[in-house]
Amino acid sequence: MSTAATAVAPGAHAHATHHEMGFFRKYVFATDHKVIGIQFLFTTLIFFALGGLLAMAIRWQLAWPWTEMPVIGKMLFPDAARQISPEFYTMLFTMHATVMIFFVIIPMLAGAFGNFCIPLMIGARDMAFPTLNMMSYWFMWPAFIIMLASFFVEGGAASAGWTSYPPLASVPSAAPGSQGGQTLWLASLLFVGVSSLMGSINYITTIVKLRAPGMKMFRMPMTVWALFITAILQAFALPVLTAALFMQLLDRLAHTGFFVPRDWVVGNVPVQGGGGQPILWQHLFWFYSHPAVYIMILPAMGIVSDVVATFSRKPLFGYRPMVYAIAGIAGLGFIVWGHHMFQSGMNPAMGMTFMVSTMLIALPSAIKTFNWLGTIWRARIQFTSAMLFALGFVSMFIIGGLSGIFMAATPVDIYIHDTYFIVGHIHYVLFGSSMLGIFAGIYYWFPKMFGKRMNEKLGKIHFFLSFITLNATFYAMHVLGTGGMPRRLADPFQYEYLEPLRSLNTFVTYSAFALGLSQVLFVVNFLGSLAFGKRTGEKNPWHANTIEWTTPSPAPHGNFEEIPTVYRGPYEYSVPGEGRDYSPQTEPLGTTAAGAHR
Amino acid sequence: MRKIWSLLFLLVPIMGVGMFAMAPSSGWWMPKGASTYAADIDHLFNLILGITGVAFVLTQGALVYFLWRYPDAEGRTATYAHGNHRIEMIWTVIPAAILVFIAFYQFGSWKDIKFRKIFAGEGTSPMFEVVAGQFEWRFTYPGKDGKLGTADDVHSLNEFHAPVGKKVVFDLKSRDVLHSFFIPRFRIKQDAVPGITIPVWFEATEEGDFELVCAELCGWGHYKMRGMAHIVSEAAFNDWLEKTKAAEEVFE
Repeated sequence: MSTAATAVAPGAHAHATHHEMGFFRKYVFATDHKVIGIQFLFTTLIFFALGGLLAMAIRWQLAWPWTEMPVIGKMLFPDAARQISPEFYTMLFTMHATVMIFFVIIPMLAGAFGNFCIPLMIGARDMAFPTLNMMSYWFMWPAFIIMLASFFVEGGAASAGWTSYPPLASVPSAAPGSQGGQTLWLASLLFVGVSSLMGSINYITTIVKLRAPGMKMFRMPMTVWALFITAILQAFALPVLTAALFMQLLDRLAHTGFFVPRDWVVGNVPVQGGGGQPILWQHLFWFYSHPAVYIMILPAMGIVSDVVATFSRKPLFGYRPMVYAIAGIAGLGFIVWGHHMFQSGMNPAMGMTFMVSTMLIALPSAIKTFNWLGTIWRARIQFTSAMLFALGFVSMFIIGGLSGIFMAATPVDIYIHDTYFIVGHIHYVLFGSSMLGIFAGIYYWFPKMFGKRMNEKLGKIHFFLSFITLNATFYAMHVLGTGGMPRRLADPFQYEYLEPLRSLNTFVTYSAFALGLSQVLFVVNFLGSLAFGKRTGEKNPWHANTIEWTTPSPAPHGNFEEIPTVYRGPYEYSVPGEGRDYSPQTEPLGTTAAGAHR
Repeated sequence: MRKIWSLLFLLVPIMGVGMFAMAPSSGWWMPKGASTYAADIDHLFNLILGITGVAFVLTQGALVYFLWRYPDAEGRTATYAHGNHRIEMIWTVIPAAILVFIAFYQFGSWKDIKFRKIFAGEGTSPMFEVVAGQFEWRFTYPGKDGKLGTADDVHSLNEFHAPVGKKVVFDLKSRDVLHSFFIPRFRIKQDAVPGITIPVWFEATEEGDFELVCAELCGWGHYKMRGMAHIVSEAAFNDWLEKTKAAEEVFE
């Protein structure tokens, strides 16, 4: 990758071109942030496929419980009548969520986009700590291996839900997956946590210390702002998760009894140790995992802000309020964790407090939505694949945000807590929003990553099909939840009152299969463009302003031939009197560009 | 082509409103409430549905309109604007006021349903005790002595009786892992937590059988942890209690 820079002007930029490296240093144990970002991207896309397949199996069971799975049933369950057993079902939804949250969305947003975008967008040659950065990727591998291995231990992988509430999770006699599988689950997540922590410290340092001359904080693109604030969230929240994971691990291995009462018996087996409380785990877990929900959405908001502004050919509406809104979400994000626990048995007075803070956090989210709408108002909208996914994000985030208000209202939550209403809500946020934001980012930065473009036509068909099928799948879940269908049941139709929902539930499964199939188009487009796309190497295919588009595609080792100087904010599109409809950050202010300084 | 995308986005509000509009008549709705506070909860649900519905239609409508109105075209220039202080103030203050309103509006119902000081003050004693366990519900009514944990207790597995039109307070416990006591038609849900006793109440407004659901994952058999509430007249309830006591004495 260093060849591009040397070809341009050999010797002129001594620190831009490092000495030649071997294959391993360049592509495997790489310290170049771009390579690490792409490593994260490929790995997480593979896990996205795995998590998706787990989801398909969940939907199979929900629509046609206790029936033989065609073709793969024979391979998966040779001795269980070729059908999903209830034990296996609990494992399926536990691992679906675990994989999607910890191995796909968090490492994709923070790991792939964080690594690839931050130095390029602030004008740095690399991360502040390149070796630490490499380690943050390679620390994911023990996590992957341990988690995958857990499928093959006695009792199978963890099956107490991705929330791993004790005593179900922490006591081996409580569930098959709570034997070896749960220990491995905890160990795996510890590695994920360490990896994320290394990444976040690196991002914070890089953004604070390595910005190019003129790149003031309030000239940074929203993607960088969002990743910066996300890194701070991670740095503060992760230690609590780490502590909680260790406590549950100790409960299991050293019988410390943090989460189990004294003299407790589960499944006819006395639990050693005790004197603790299960609700303590819920507080610790959600103290991390609620901020984690924002870790999973804020970077996507940043990406979407950049993509929307670029393809609206218009400045982002309310740039500073957008930054303050992200900061507000992050700050309030630390005091809303209790809204996961309204029915948990904690003091109901605390429920009221958490309800108020949760209502408040809806405000910055609303402001962001209005600002995106303000950006496309009187714009010149270019319907590229990236833009469509970004607009899809805005539309879906409105649904995800509004449906959250139902659960925030404590009395309503009594009824819809742990029903399909929350399942629909979380999928609007994580698939409808985060994943669409991720797709927008991939279509947008693919040319910068590989010097090639993805096929726009396929991209649009991918968007069209995903958009329709995701709504068919997840919107109907809200209605199932309104009908009172609980989540995590291997066979909901044990209950008579759910009978009217049967047809809708089957419809959700068909839609989910269609949604899963639609993603094949993405795989074809991504790999096909990579293998057969024409290498154009165009620097700035979208005519965007931010500084990653001023360097060759793909960017050379060291990123920039010369560190650019930044003269203006990132969203100076359609500045009157500047001749063309974009004004890169690296171009000094034109004489007529009044107000460009904002 | 550009118009097609606007129309695709238009499908969202149409689907969104349409589905909730047709849901009640298709039977995809909350099962009919059968407790005193079910009406409060349903009212709040519908109120929020109305408020969010308006916000949903307005925002999605604006999105669709802008996509339709401002596509890239020859001769079109985007307006160079960084924001508008007044509009931003308006769209901050109005949602804030609505959210604060929703927050305070629900205080009363939540207090009535969950604050034990309010529903289980001095002098109220639980009518029975529920112990949730993998994967069954055990109900215990006190015998003649009015105390639980004595020899004359009345036991019942996976079903319980309670009188209609009377405030029923009971103690919820777990004997192994977390469970959750959920009667959809009463709109009551409360986790059963190892190591603590949580008082819960409801007042049924009609007689009949009501399904009891375990709503917190409790292991492989979670899906089949089903129970049944038999709500009968007070006389029938006392009758049932007497008969069951007598039967247990004979059994012993």
